[in-house]
Amino acid sequence: MTAPLLSVTDLRVTFATDAGTVSAVTGVSFDLDRGESLAVVGESGSGKTVTAMSMMGLLDRSATVSGSAVFEGNDLVGLDEPTMRTLRGRRIGMIFQDPMTALNPVFTVGAQIAEALRAHAKVKRGTAHARAVELLELVGVPEPHRRARQYPHEFSGGMRQRAMIAMAISNDPVLLIADEPTTALDVTVQAQVMEVIRRVQTVTSSALLLITHDLGLVAGSADRVQVMYAGRIVEQGSVDDVFYRPRNPYTSALLRSIPSRATQPGSRLSSIAGSPPSLLRLPEGCAFKPRCEYAEDLCGERVPDLEFVEPGHETRCRRHRDIPVVAT
Amino acid sequence: MAEIDGTEAPRSFARLAFARFLRHRLALVGALGLLLLVLAFFTGPSLSPHAFDAVDIANRLAGPSASHPFGTDEIGRDLFVRTMLGGQYSFRVALLVAFLATALGTVLGAVAGYFGRAVDVAVSQLINILLIVPSFIVLAVFANRFGASPTGIAIVLAALLWTRIARIVRGVVMQYKEQEFVLAARAVGARPARIVARHILPNVLGSVLVEVTLLLGTAIVLESTLSFLGLGVRPPIPTLGNLIQQSKGAIDDEPLRVLLPGFIVVFFVLCVNFLGDGLRDALDPRSRRA
Repeated sequence: MTAPLLSVTDLRVTFATDAGTVSAVTGVSFDLDRGESLAVVGESGSGKTVTAMSMMGLLDRSATVSGSAVFEGNDLVGLDEPTMRTLRGRRIGMIFQDPMTALNPVFTVGAQIAEALRAHAKVKRGTAHARAVELLELVGVPEPHRRARQYPHEFSGGMRQRAMIAMAISNDPVLLIADEPTTALDVTVQAQVMEVIRRVQTVTSSALLLITHDLGLVAGSADRVQVMYAGRIVEQGSVDDVFYRPRNPYTSALLRSIPSRATQPGSRLSSIAGSPPSLLRLPEGCAFKPRCEYAEDLCGERVPDLEFVEPGHETRCRRHRDIPVVAT
Repeated sequence: MAEIDGTEAPRSFARLAFARFLRHRLALVGALGLLLLVLAFFTGPSLSPHAFDAVDIANRLAGPSASHPFGTDEIGRDLFVRTMLGGQYSFRVALLVAFLATALGTVLGAVAGYFGRAVDVAVSQLINILLIVPSFIVLAVFANRFGASPTGIAIVLAALLWTRIARIVRGVVMQYKEQEFVLAARAVGARPARIVARHILPNVLGSVLVEVTLLLGTAIVLESTLSFLGLGVRPPIPTLGNLIQQSKGAIDDEPLRVLLPGFIVVFFVLCVNFLGDGLRDALDPRSRRA
């Protein structure tokens, strides 16, 4: 077996704030193979985005990162800035959440894609522009020639996100990180954009790290899922494992809170009681204990380990055997 | 009317800004006035048969006439030619000041704003020192030493005035570097120099352009003040300040001789300020008026 494309081991990110040290990511480990899609899901503040940003070296100076994230033989944690720069954009492409603010308002869309190309290769202006038009066509922007000469404010949200994708794949990266790529978009456009991401992923045969809080999105576009809560992975496995046989109270509660066609009109939508804990003052033991319906005294003693459920499926719950399997 | 299918040519920011500028009446007056003034400065001397330093003792201290529209000075030199040429020198000094101050101010301001920390502290403290030192004393000392030539005085003025540009650029850069598109540029692997030059500075252009026009006005006033005090450009080269200084004794008998160059200074500064105001409105990217 060859080494995985990206191998993250015990990644920890803390932020020094005026109120104290915040542990945003604690002991995250996972492998990502070439061409594989891994979805990271969780509520806001669960550490999904920080995980991705720490691997790109884009966190600000108040962050302390430890652990390792080996990507093509380089440990991304603590990598020097010049080497990091050669990886960003060229080997790792990133799609941002909000295409409204992630595009520079004073340049045409074509010029920005060309800029991404020219950051890594000595390409003539004309060649870069022609390539930008090709990329726009690949991501499904109609009339790419005319559109390449327009400014971001002349693009709709979905079109801007397509332009962002074109920029992210401009240098044929082997790893695409998509940070909530559809959150800022209309529901009608979300499916189209995910379709584009899936298509470019097959065209470039890159691996995808999809960060999202939209479970519906995950079902259709990932091979494996990793559920995060309060900076830790609480359950990971294949999409089928996690969606059909969740072995963690948090995952099952999340899945229950998705309205389905079976939801009776007029009935209350299910939600998880309480709110996520403050990362400044995590509860003793399992972070989900205060909101968990299976919680018992022992859960508060120490943080549970990730336990084996079935091959490729792990959960961080000491009572996972007591959770009834409910098909969703 | 914009067509829904989007076949119209895209309206760039520059074109929208230009359209807004045309609608700003005072700014148009300012731009037109400035254009006429500069045109007069550069063509005026060649329109008159007199040379700027041709002495004509018989016609000394003459009032305005067809041959000498602005009259003559105490040794009979034509004041129209001298005033226009003086304007030309003053304008050139102001342009050079604006250019040097903008170059220095933009580079230092951008570096301070983007890199922050120690670099920012160093640049900001330098700016503060320049601001608290009584600029006129510095000007007087250095202008006396280097200010004899137009270029010398321009350098001295630029060395003091770059702080205004630097403070603006620093502020705008600090604001823009937190924007997500800068993070996106970093994620694409762009180098800091490229990010500042290609992604941030174009956003600074508007604010700097406004400040540069206002700087032109300040430079002309300061140059005139220095020359009036005898610290600026040495005669016989005329500048607007020199002219006022030379004829100040005649304010009771021949007020026109003092007032004309003075009026030109005031008119120039007014035009420049109107223009700056108009540019400020036109270049505001948040403005939705088209």
